[in-house]
Amino acid sequence: MSAAETTTSTLDFTATEIMTVAASRLLKDGTVCFVGIGLPSTAANLARLTHAPEVVLIYESGPIGAKPTVLPLSIGDGDLALTADTVVGTPEIFRYWLQGGRIDVGFLGAAQVDHFANINTTVIGPYDAPKVRLPGAGGAPEIASQAKEVFIVLKHSPKAFVAKLPFVTSAGYLDGGDARARAGIPGAGPTAVITDLGILTPDPVTKELTLTGIHPGVTVEQVKAATGWDLRISPDLKTTEIPDAETLTALRDLHARTAAAHGQTGGEG
Amino acid sequence: MAKITPLREAVASLVQDGDTVALEGFTHLIPHAAGHEIIRQGRRGLTLVRMTPDLIYDQMIGMGCAAKLIFSWGGNPGVGSLHRFRDAVEQGWPHRLEIEEHSHAGMANAYVAGASNLPFALLRGYTGSDLPKVNPNIRFVECPFTAEKLAAIPAVRPDVTVIHAQKADRRGNVLLWGILGVQKEAVLAAKRSIVTVEEIVDDLEAPPNACVLPSWALSAVCPVPGGAYPSYAQGYSERDNRFYKAWDPIARSRDDFRAWMQRHVLDTDDFAGFRRVLAESMKEAV
Repeated sequence: MSAAETTTSTLDFTATEIMTVAASRLLKDGTVCFVGIGLPSTAANLARLTHAPEVVLIYESGPIGAKPTVLPLSIGDGDLALTADTVVGTPEIFRYWLQGGRIDVGFLGAAQVDHFANINTTVIGPYDAPKVRLPGAGGAPEIASQAKEVFIVLKHSPKAFVAKLPFVTSAGYLDGGDARARAGIPGAGPTAVITDLGILTPDPVTKELTLTGIHPGVTVEQVKAATGWDLRISPDLKTTEIPDAETLTALRDLHARTAAAHGQTGGEG
Repeated sequence: MAKITPLREAVASLVQDGDTVALEGFTHLIPHAAGHEIIRQGRRGLTLVRMTPDLIYDQMIGMGCAAKLIFSWGGNPGVGSLHRFRDAVEQGWPHRLEIEEHSHAGMANAYVAGASNLPFALLRGYTGSDLPKVNPNIRFVECPFTAEKLAAIPAVRPDVTVIHAQKADRRGNVLLWGILGVQKEAVLAAKRSIVTVEEIVDDLEAPPNACVLPSWALSAVCPVPGGAYPSYAQGYSERDNRFYKAWDPIARSRDDFRAWMQRHVLDTDDFAGFRRVLAESMKEAV
């Protein structure tokens, strides 16, 4: 594991746990959230089980208002359908609910992000001769552009946080500044990138991702070393609040229930 | 009217070399049995269409059935990569695979356009993404009323769509429920369609707004209990998450993959045979 995992494990939670808890705290009660599978789904369900019981979770496979008892392993697990307020077809999800402007928060994972919070989930290397072929776009390009705002959650590493993406799958702030608005993209864009080391938010003017939050036990040098560009540090850098016992218990219970049901935990969260 | 027929005959008469074929299913109700039958019958040069190609497309690509893949997300859900798909794209094995890549919103709209007999789908999409740079089938048009720029992509019109559903009645009307994905649109967009079902019943007992595909809109209905395995059919079976994990090491090596496909698919007569041999090999693995 990373140095961060070692450092923070001297406290009572892991780096992955504080990432999940920090991401979940950003979701307010009553928010309508379009949820990606894996880390975003873990954080969104933790929010629903703790401080945000009325959060509405929408999955691209069709469930609206899903309240899964265990974490889904795939975007189309039966539990999502059985616990949802309603299940609609996938075209309806994208046409009426997302494009229709009804999503407050798009909660996404990523393979790579750049300093303007653009997302790559397509290829590493040239598109026609890729070094690594990644799964591709899924729902992300339209979630990233049409949700009112976007949270991105991924683990921090120089390979994941790169100065220049080989491929922009989904738009963040494009070239920065007002480039996103000029391109005619309706949503505000990524307002937070939550990692296992801290929280990055866009500069209000340049839109460059800036370290504004750091998890307890993590040093600025560590975050800089795990970032593939010269990371700006906010003069007002805040230390993430330590997860309370109740939230940690809820998260661990969720993972335990998931493991018992599936024989494994829910994705990588 | 749909013909109620064994799967082998449906595939033999309805799926031809070079066809554009969509085997749809969004994690739920994936028509694995039909995919195996297409592999057994040695179809070649297919254009495979699917929003979320997973294990069955990995198998079809690795066995050389596909010339082209139209898709929006290709992976092993909850596990990782599709190694046969990656090998085809990265190394051209067993041969070069042409890809046409979209977003989910684009694909879903393209099926709706196909089912609606429109030449193209229109959506707010792809803005700021590099996908239009690598996919000439993503273009932009101006709204004649507001001058807004909107994305346009060609309708998906498969020669054959294949789906799995929970049940059919004796006339061949089909009922499906749970996570529906784009199956209804994919069937209605296609020239021909095959539906494998868990069971044939006297009465569907479908409530008025249920997702029922009428017999007269389908070509063939084939009873294949468990035919979505390792995917699932809500109310009939659970997703076998162990198999999705077990597939990862099998698909990593070309030789292991070929040997596995020979034993489990090519050397078995049908899906029931596949399930029997798989149960034996999983016991050996334990």
